Amino acid sequence: MLDLNRTMKNLKSEVDWLNLRFVTEKTTYRSVRDDKPDTNNINFDQGIMIEVIVNGHFGFSGTSDLSDSGIKRALQKAVAVAKAGSKHKVHDFSLAQRPASQGSYRSPVVKPLDSFSAKEIMDIFTAATSAMKLSDHIVSRSATAMIVETQVHSMSSSGADIAQNFSIVSTDYSATALKNGETQTRTDSGGLARCLQIGAEVFNRESILARCTRVAEEALELLDAENCPNTSMDLILAPDQMTLQVHESIGHPLEYDRILGDERNYAGWSFVKPEDFGSLQYGSKLMNVTFDPSISDAMASYAFDDSGLKAEKEYLIKDGKLLRGLGGLESQSRLGLPGVANSRSSSWNRAPIDRMANINLEPGTSSLEEMIAQTERGVFMMANKSWSIDDYRNKFQFGCEYAKLIENGKLTKTLKNPNYRGITVPFWSSLKAVSAARETYGSPYCGKGEPNQIIRVGHTNPFCLFENVEVFGA
Amino acid sequence: MPNFIEQTKNNFNTVADHILKSLASNEAANINLQAEESLFVRFNDNHVRQNTFVEQRVLSLTLQKNGRTANLSFSLTGNNELDLKSATTWLESARLECDLLPEDPYQVAITNNGTSDSTLLGKLLDPSAIIEAITQAAEGTDFAGLYSGGPQISANKNSAGQSHWFAAENFFMDYSIYMGEKAVKGVYAGSEWNVDSFKAKLSESKNLLSLMARPKKVLEPGAYRTYLAPGAVAELASMFYWGSFSFNGYKQGTSSLQKLADKEKSLSPLFTLVENFKMGLTHRFNSLGELAPEYQELIKDGELKTYLISSRSAKEYGVQSNQASPGESPRSLEILPGSLKEKDVLKELDTGLYLSNLHYLNWSDRANARITGMTRYACFWVENGEIVAPIADMRFDESLFDCLGGNLLAVTDFQEINPAVSTYESRAFGGNKNPGMLIKDFKFTL
Repeated sequence: MLDLNRTMKNLKSEVDWLNLRFVTEKTTYRSVRDDKPDTNNINFDQGIMIEVIVNGHFGFSGTSDLSDSGIKRALQKAVAVAKAGSKHKVHDFSLAQRPASQGSYRSPVVKPLDSFSAKEIMDIFTAATSAMKLSDHIVSRSATAMIVETQVHSMSSSGADIAQNFSIVSTDYSATALKNGETQTRTDSGGLARCLQIGAEVFNRESILARCTRVAEEALELLDAENCPNTSMDLILAPDQMTLQVHESIGHPLEYDRILGDERNYAGWSFVKPEDFGSLQYGSKLMNVTFDPSISDAMASYAFDDSGLKAEKEYLIKDGKLLRGLGGLESQSRLGLPGVANSRSSSWNRAPIDRMANINLEPGTSSLEEMIAQTERGVFMMANKSWSIDDYRNKFQFGCEYAKLIENGKLTKTLKNPNYRGITVPFWSSLKAVSAARETYGSPYCGKGEPNQIIRVGHTNPFCLFENVEVFGA
Repeated sequence: MPNFIEQTKNNFNTVADHILKSLASNEAANINLQAEESLFVRFNDNHVRQNTFVEQRVLSLTLQKNGRTANLSFSLTGNNELDLKSATTWLESARLECDLLPEDPYQVAITNNGTSDSTLLGKLLDPSAIIEAITQAAEGTDFAGLYSGGPQISANKNSAGQSHWFAAENFFMDYSIYMGEKAVKGVYAGSEWNVDSFKAKLSESKNLLSLMARPKKVLEPGAYRTYLAPGAVAELASMFYWGSFSFNGYKQGTSSLQKLADKEKSLSPLFTLVENFKMGLTHRFNSLGELAPEYQELIKDGELKTYLISSRSAKEYGVQSNQASPGESPRSLEILPGSLKEKDVLKELDTGLYLSNLHYLNWSDRANARITGMTRYACFWVENGEIVAPIADMRFDESLFDCLGGNLLAVTDFQEINPAVSTYESRAFGGNKNPGMLIKDFKFTL
């Protein structure tokens, strides 16, 4: 373990200001397929990011060489890139974008991850895939876990000292059924969407086996289901699909670096303009959206972002009106708009950029049963399996694993291949009911940035009813 | 002081040899190294948004013991003394893993697949000169994108005596230039920076951008005669990396080419796709150190010739491996050219859509190889062989069995190399090579 205090003392005299961010991350993959071990990988990654400011420009240099000479060389590189970049800098930054915060954070854990052995996990997962063997038509059964233990220690020469420790488990249980050339896959709420800051308590054998049985039953059910009809009708989305809907059509378009054009060459721009904050009616009055890093078990809960800004819950959209965007202190300075603590990097080898974290739709007052009862003809879709949206985050098309037809206020037939498409603001304007109950999902794999970065996001969302949406099947 | 490539080679040989010499008689091991020393410069509006220097080395160890398999990877510092200590620790961890895990029924025996040693040095601009070189060339444009360059390394050793080393110095400048919301995409890549070549590339992009000055034409959803330029074909071909050619995926019911393999669907005789390492875009050895065939037809004249079959899948399903990577994705894909000449593209398109790029593709119905995605960058409405106007972006939803099947009218006689520009975790190796395609009734939905 690198002693940052000692490292800082060794380096301090060489520049006016620097920040050290030391990251260690152990990622363990465990999977069983068809009752046999499939993947057992342990990846241990560690390195340090050196950050300096020279002439109002940040320079970054990351290295896995943690020797004294390696870190000194990285500092020289950071200074060199800062100097080179400062002649053509996009903005004049200062220490105002790097608060000298001190504090710590630790994921809520009941049972530490190391209290559960590889053997115990493989035993449960073998039982899990066995539980999915309900028929010869089930041709593939898998149980997968990605277990992440991360320690981040940041320290700056101006006094910042932040230690954050994360314990994260993402799981996926999946069954593929095949009959007469028809293939259907059902998972436990979408591939690795069930991801939480949690300990080994997540490996609850009884709960896993029950969910796996349901997954396999529903995969078989889909084989004989009708295709989702091609029409426009009311649409209820379950929280495991709302995750994707909120992520793509609210989270990304509100990121300030997209609005500023930093991301144009890769993931894209945004239909949202700086002048829209405080005026744009993004959706119906039932729409209340927050940036909330305080949800205890959500993937992207933390106390400070990677600039050192304290993370607090903020309303992005209230009563349907756009109030605030997703930008850290650098973007806030460039735009002159308030933002949130979301300057985040994927690891020690990347500079922080604006990332969504936990982006949630706040609860409403309806129940799922009331939404179904008030729908004359509609479809209830669950679990994302396909996603695509344009580079301005307007025209989207999303597909789900499983759906139920709603007729005269009741769930009737199961539908396969359910998809829907729409345009962001009109779609959110059609929101006509929001449930009080919410569920938390997320993704370990949100990709963005140049150089590319994968980051973890969390989404705690209710069931939602949308009016008159274009739906279609295969 | 030795340079990054030399120092890393010495470090890898020292650490890998130490691990291999430490193995007990009932143990075998396979070791891989991924390393890079990279400069990343991100531009927005021809200014520097962020620049980052990264030096990293990751060693991956597969240990086989008593029929069990453990896979571990850990960061190397590049300092032999420190890394030998951590290698000893991680080897012990791998042994403990093997003791805890069940038997691996599809374990692939570690064998000697030969030796290779290739270091391709480039002529990259000095890091201190890169920003000036790029911003001067792009002066006067709203230029955004990423420069990425430096040495990257992939190496392998195993306990059967196998040894592979591949190092290359290269760069890419992946950019777009803007006229308000309208934009043109370009990539300048290679192993030798040439300011005149970069300026020429930018000049091409500026000329194309000038065609976008006219107001955008908004089209209704429907089926249109469409020309996909090589950049758009590259996006379409990117879907083949999502398990399409995986033999394991085929057996597990998740390959999008299942119906092609089962002869329920067909593709056009004009469509031939190969895995071609002769292009020299990346190394032939996979992470097991196996050498893939230099040239392998995957789809020939519209018919699936073979899936990509890893040695693990071969063992599981009792078939012959074709030395695919464990993930069974293409690594050096080429779509072969046809006969449509560049000068005839607009004439043959006649009236329809000219699409330079596509964006954010995903399967909308994997079993039927149906894809949805968006048009992006320089996309035009063409009438009577003349470009009329840029189009407002449209969403398509189209099956490969249609657009690469009966609706594929022609394939161009020219191709473009699409270098890998992915930088997730580390810079990717390789790329692919694609022609343009003329398609009838390409379906747009929104």
